[in-house]
Amino acid sequence: MANSASGTAPKKLRRDSSIGDRIFDIANIVFLCLLMVASLYPFLNQLALSLNQAMDSIKGGIYIWPRHFSLENYKYVFKDNQVYQATMISFLRLIVGTVFSVFSTAIVAYTISRPDFVLRKFVTIAFVLTAYINPGIIPDFLNIRDLHLVNSFWVYIWPGLIGVFTLILVRSFIDELPESIMESARIDGAGEFKTLMSIVLPLCLPVLATIALFTAVFQWNSWIDVFLYNSSNEKLSTLQYELQKILQNSSAASSATSAFSNSQAAATMVTPLSIRATMTIVASVPMIMMYPFLQKYFVKGMTVGGVKG
Amino acid sequence: MESNITTATSSVTSNKPTGLKLFFRKLVQQRMLVLMSVPFVIWLFLFKYMPLWGWTTAFQKYKPARSFSEQEWVGWDQFNFLFSDERFLRVLRNTLAMSGINLILGFVTAVILALLLNELRSVIFKRVVQTVTYMPHFLSWVVAAGIIQSTLSTDGIINVLLIKLGFIDKGNEILFLGIPKDFWGILGAGTVWKEIGWNTIVYLAAIATIDPSQYEAAEMDGAGRFRRMWHITLPGIRSVIIVLLILNIGNLMQSGFEAQYLLGNGMNIDYSENIDIFVLKYGLEQSNFSLAVAGGMFKSVVSIVLLVIANNVAKRFGGSRVF
Repeated sequence: MANSASGTAPKKLRRDSSIGDRIFDIANIVFLCLLMVASLYPFLNQLALSLNQAMDSIKGGIYIWPRHFSLENYKYVFKDNQVYQATMISFLRLIVGTVFSVFSTAIVAYTISRPDFVLRKFVTIAFVLTAYINPGIIPDFLNIRDLHLVNSFWVYIWPGLIGVFTLILVRSFIDELPESIMESARIDGAGEFKTLMSIVLPLCLPVLATIALFTAVFQWNSWIDVFLYNSSNEKLSTLQYELQKILQNSSAASSATSAFSNSQAAATMVTPLSIRATMTIVASVPMIMMYPFLQKYFVKGMTVGGVKG
Repeated sequence: MESNITTATSSVTSNKPTGLKLFFRKLVQQRMLVLMSVPFVIWLFLFKYMPLWGWTTAFQKYKPARSFSEQEWVGWDQFNFLFSDERFLRVLRNTLAMSGINLILGFVTAVILALLLNELRSVIFKRVVQTVTYMPHFLSWVVAAGIIQSTLSTDGIINVLLIKLGFIDKGNEILFLGIPKDFWGILGAGTVWKEIGWNTIVYLAAIATIDPSQYEAAEMDGAGRFRRMWHITLPGIRSVIIVLLILNIGNLMQSGFEAQYLLGNGMNIDYSENIDIFVLKYGLEQSNFSLAVAGGMFKSVVSIVLLVIANNVAKRFGGSRVF
């Protein structure tokens, strides 16, 4: 957000320092610091619990720093084949889902940005209408079943392949590109697909990065599709769904079915509390590590349509 | 151009391209574009339009074992049952209440935070606050719900703080998620915690477009901090606020599903269950597909009406967000 910097620049010139103003500044900073604590604390608490000896955590009093540092919880979690498998599937759906979505979105966006394309209106309306019409959970479920996608990895990829929001985002970006560039490519005899691949896509990298990030976060954080379609197939489970099962079990108090609350767990000195905290960290760390560096792409995506409104 | 063609060919009536012919000629000419878009239109049809066929289930007494022609048709019976069902009316109330509360809370808190961020003198500090408050947005609802559960548990930080501050005694810890009437508030607060930073992005971008000379002029005239906020910043982002508010009213039937499903439990079910959960329970757990589809269909149809109205009103206020 380059313009936010210029927006605050003139304020620095202001040298108003009435007492009221100073009190406001201090109160503002204190309040925002408290807000940051509130945003971070619950997460840091889980991090501390995951890095603390499980038996020691039961005594309570762990806030943001582990009392008896230990990596046992992580070792235990990753020894579990199910967690390992789920991690692989989570990454696989993130990568495959993002690549497929970005390419598909770019291709359709390109075709509906060609002003003379005969099907342009038809394709655009067909896509935009789906933003209004939502068949609902059960019709979707019956449809996926009839398409034989239950119990398959592809149920993570196909249903959400192209989103209307990202499609419009890419199309408006292509619309802004100078027409002359594409014109010259066509005069050189390049076909539409070649023009897209060699000229348009490289120019669209910023917006494609933005939608890739949105898709990646969506893919990583999804669990309902696992729950609805693949809950009987452990091989296709994801980290989010494994964590959801743990949460469900720990809120249901006693659980003979939980993979973690059996006697074996007690023998290896882990507890449901520590496993839960560890899985929480494992399931969120990739996104938490990534977003601060790629923030500007996300922000761009959020503001492109927003401010024009 | 087109008129030129018509005059040139008007004498040779047999060669005059009719609308349909012209269309097909162009279709062949642009076969590459057709090839690039049509597979995705087929995808769209398969995954977004075909499920609509499932809505017929709402007018049947659907039995999975039977084929479509063997189903028993019951007209509006399922809908009549829904609207006399106390449980459905309750989940409808919960849906509207939760999305209403989330809408208002989300708006007010995000606008206030954007105003406060805009008043910061240090750009670096502003960036830090932004980055930190964006963080919970990137957590999945599974993770967020787990975190909210432990924060609100009897040995969670909220109870610890309440004891330390002397509001409650040790041993009287509050089981927040066990109090039905508190659920809407907890969900609202949880959603604010997760999205407050993220929701400021649009407002901050709008604030950045306000002409700085306005602030200077106001300051010359002796306007203080609050007057500048009230008379310049807020009016400057008023149109964005109004458009977003209207567009979000279009989503009033969408109170979300994940948060309620994950935070709901046997104790707070009377206040946490919304239409989506109702549909899921009837449909997948009890296999009463017809009633579930009727509930979902009602939600979808109301949503379409709301969205169309909202988008049209928003357009009148100066353009919409996406369409």
